[in-house]
Amino acid sequence: MHLVCPAGSPPALVTAIDHGADAVYVGFRDQTNARAFPGLNFTEADLRSGIAYAHARGKQVYVALNTYPGPSRFGDWQAAVDRAAALGVDAIICADMGVLDYASRHHPGLARHLSVQGSATTHAALRYYRERFGIARAVLPRVLSIQQVERLCEQDVVPIEVFAFGSLCIMVEGRCQLSSYVTGASPNRHGVCSPAKFVRWEEGPGGQRSVRLNDRLIDRFEPDEPAGYPTVCKGRYDVGGEVFHALEEPTSLNTLELLPRLAAAGVVALKIEGRQRGQAYVSSVTRTWRAAIDRLAARPDGWQPDPQWQRELSRHAEGHQTTLGPYHRSWH
Amino acid sequence: MRLTLGPLQYFWPRERVLAFYREATTWPLDVIYLGETVCSKRRELATRDWIALAHELADTGREVVLCSLALLEAESELASLRRLVDNGRCRVEANDLSAVQLLRERGLRFVGGPSLNVYNHQALRLLCEDGLDRLVLGVEHGQAVIEEFRASGLPLPELEIPVWGRLPLSYSARCFTARALDLAKDDCGFRCIDYPDGLPLASRDGQPFLTVNGIQVQTAGHCDLGPELGELSAAGIALARIYPQAEGTAEIVARFHSAIDTGIAPARHGEENGYWYGTAGMELVEPAQSSMPR
Repeated sequence: MHLVCPAGSPPALVTAIDHGADAVYVGFRDQTNARAFPGLNFTEADLRSGIAYAHARGKQVYVALNTYPGPSRFGDWQAAVDRAAALGVDAIICADMGVLDYASRHHPGLARHLSVQGSATTHAALRYYRERFGIARAVLPRVLSIQQVERLCEQDVVPIEVFAFGSLCIMVEGRCQLSSYVTGASPNRHGVCSPAKFVRWEEGPGGQRSVRLNDRLIDRFEPDEPAGYPTVCKGRYDVGGEVFHALEEPTSLNTLELLPRLAAAGVVALKIEGRQRGQAYVSSVTRTWRAAIDRLAARPDGWQPDPQWQRELSRHAEGHQTTLGPYHRSWH
Repeated sequence: MRLTLGPLQYFWPRERVLAFYREATTWPLDVIYLGETVCSKRRELATRDWIALAHELADTGREVVLCSLALLEAESELASLRRLVDNGRCRVEANDLSAVQLLRERGLRFVGGPSLNVYNHQALRLLCEDGLDRLVLGVEHGQAVIEEFRASGLPLPELEIPVWGRLPLSYSARCFTARALDLAKDDCGFRCIDYPDGLPLASRDGQPFLTVNGIQVQTAGHCDLGPELGELSAAGIALARIYPQAEGTAEIVARFHSAIDTGIAPARHGEENGYWYGTAGMELVEPAQSSMPR
């Protein structure tokens, strides 16, 4: 099972490789990827050296080109595919059918992975992407239970990659318009969710803080309460007279205890979320998952997650708490 | 421009659904879309019932389209989808690529639903090769993308856009209605049935914000492109979609029908139209106000 780690910057790429990633995924410095944040991502020169660093150590680099271009910007995504191919990346991760089609016709030798943003949740949808665009791998949206992941792997349509750890999108990726509804900036079109330029913090007289997104109140925090980033899905709202995290609380996905089942199911790669996270996160999370995967390979019988691994991962989790999320029925 | 009734997004008792569609056959609609698009656990009408209802409505001479689920997770849901696709008479609105795949395998023409991701002319061209002959634009699309579709020079299918209703914004594995009622999804008691217009969600300062509808999240306000009908028509939109709501759907249909019939745009009734103008969906853009004073 390959460990696929996030690299939002050249130092993060080196850190991920040094701490045990089998592959890193990166994005260009534009809206062609779903983490188009200021100060993040790779110039062409950055990527060239990053690829050289990874390849010299027998590791892979994937480029995420997983946003959806509008017609007038389609050429920019074509150019990005060309650039990735010319640089010699090991795979591109795409969601848009037009982009996948372009890549399959112009760079048939370049492996195409279906992004989580492509929202393929059934073997029929996976067959579509395989037959139409010859995808070599698909990343599943974070909506399926472990049993559903296992059944999908049994169908053997394409090799499957799943999310193992990181911030949890509560909605089906690629089909969430909450950010777009509030700010006009969407993950699908602009590669951003609830972008910072729309965020406004206000402090009340008693030290109470309110956070707004494009003037819409997302949450209020007491002075001693930890305050998270105001993505729409993680705010507190009033439903039926009760105020609570009506969609999802700030928490991270952690599938560590499912590792043996994911391996037995034939999942080929585990993805760590977090290109927007710093090097401390990348090093610690990569090292922890490397250790867990290696121990499973060496001593599969009676494998148990080490409590130290779980503590380490929780430290880096949103709100310092983790969940099995959709893999576990009780979460639904 | 033709007027269509989008699929019922809420969970109503069987008798209410049947009564609603009996009444709808008396409204000035060109196309009726129906079927369960949100949650497969909603079985007041099972797939075979939706198919029977669709065929019954089609007997009245109207175009009827059967809509597929937006999010499929279980094998049983694929089996229902197969029954829908093989209904033998009505076209299907494909709301995810599982549906597109089953339809193209059978060589059937279909309508692309609003939850398919069609952001550019190339994706649209590929789907047209698959058998798509009408596209219901995704909720975040507006005027600009239609102009760009046209500018691409590729032949376009019929285009449809929602002109009235609470827009579907997202889907999840989690049921937000069950969560709000502190129930497990697997033991939800089908409580969506108590909320014929969904469950309102407000921000902490009391502003209506979203609507919880099972695994779907919708807008709280109604998208209203009534005053924009002239622009829609100029942009080449062939069909205008109205989403059913618990009360007043007949009046809304009548209002839009009369506007299309007379060419006189109706006054604004809804709260939102931002997506049409390329801004945040929750916003209301009044074109008259936004133009420069003379």
